[in-house]
Amino acid sequence: MITLEHVSKWYGSTQVLNDCSTRIEKGEVVVVCGPSGSGKSTLIKCINGLEPFQQGTITVEGISVGDKATSLPKLRARIGMVFQSFELYPHMSVVDNICLAQRHVLKRSAEASRNRALELLERVGLRSHADRLPATLSGGQQQRVAIARALALDPIAMLFDEPTSALDPEMINEVLDVMTELAKEGMTMVVVTHEMGFARRVADRVLFMDEGAIVEDARTASFFEKPASERAVRFLSKILQH
Amino acid sequence: MGNFDFGVIVRALPLLWEGMQVTLLLTLFGIVGGIALGIVLAIMRGSRFLPLRLFAGFYVDLLRSLPLVLLIFWFYFLVPIAVGHPVGGFYAAVVGFILFEGAYFCEIIRSGIEGVRRGQVMAGLASGLTQTQCMRLIVLPQAFRAMLPVMLMQSINVFKSTSLVYVIGLRDFLTAADLIGGRDNRLTEMYVLVAVVFFVICWAASQAVNLLQRRIAS
Repeated sequence: MITLEHVSKWYGSTQVLNDCSTRIEKGEVVVVCGPSGSGKSTLIKCINGLEPFQQGTITVEGISVGDKATSLPKLRARIGMVFQSFELYPHMSVVDNICLAQRHVLKRSAEASRNRALELLERVGLRSHADRLPATLSGGQQQRVAIARALALDPIAMLFDEPTSALDPEMINEVLDVMTELAKEGMTMVVVTHEMGFARRVADRVLFMDEGAIVEDARTASFFEKPASERAVRFLSKILQH
Repeated sequence: MGNFDFGVIVRALPLLWEGMQVTLLLTLFGIVGGIALGIVLAIMRGSRFLPLRLFAGFYVDLLRSLPLVLLIFWFYFLVPIAVGHPVGGFYAAVVGFILFEGAYFCEIIRSGIEGVRRGQVMAGLASGLTQTQCMRLIVLPQAFRAMLPVMLMQSINVFKSTSLVYVIGLRDFLTAADLIGGRDNRLTEMYVLVAVVFFVICWAASQAVNLLQRRIAS
């Protein structure tokens, strides 16, 4: 469904992505991990064209992201994205946050958008918070709203950019639970995260990145049992110490 | 001051009210036009297209370096020469005010826009909204909320600055008061009245701004 072929990217003369290739099948859950600054976030932002890249090709259901003729707004509307810092719109109520793109991108009616929004809020357990402002919600609740907002466009795949990194520890699970649920339902997901427990339980495959390159691309079990590269071994020993 | 005559003021009220209407209209046009121009300039200053950015930057720097009086003179005396017929004091003043205030509002709006986190646009783009939609639906509403107090203070400034049209003889509130004062030899009453009216309006408005600022902060 999503293919990356020899993707490279530079900021000025600094190379941030180095010849990255992989394929993500429909229904697959792929966790991207690696040390900070290794290019994980940059890589998934290339998939929906939020970050431009200079070399290689990325296609989503056959549509080339880097092609100038591709309508990026149209493409992005089909791929949901969840950010580390939630990025709910602070000037709108929770339900309006979820309706905005439905109204202006999918051109759904006010009523249809609201119904869909309420249905999704129910699903993430926040139906009663519909008319509140985002600032009055906890971090975990805000991130669940952000997930509902992305799902409202009925995406074919979801990208998660460190969705729990900005959360207090006691709120991490409520977000991971929603994501696990989503994975079970067969959503195609690419998740940048340091939550190795989540990766182990939910991911089909793990991409390990270092210095802009995909160093390892393995089935989850084999990645955790016998990582092939020394860098992955070192990373895992650091992150799994506790 | 011993013979301060309130009767003079009462008799002058119809003419003063006419002047006040000119003042209020100028203020209104200055604010609305200034904000509209300010938005356009602010977007140009944030544009990816270098010539637009340079032009808007130069415009803002230039206009903010010129006295407003000069601009009013300019439009009153030089534009008629350029277009071949008189433009009328009111239109000259309106154009001068809009061009001048646009530069100031631009800077206020720009700082408001820059205050909105970059991630907000990212989120909008990721959901399929276009750059323009992100600006209109996500960035500007947040920016306006943050800059409202500063905008209102600037609007009070516009109101006060309108008295500068005295120099081209446009009959605003101050000019009307001055004419009556000169005619009836009652300048004291008139100048005191002008000061009181300006003070009351501006003071009340700035109190309202303070109140609003406290409500936004909470």
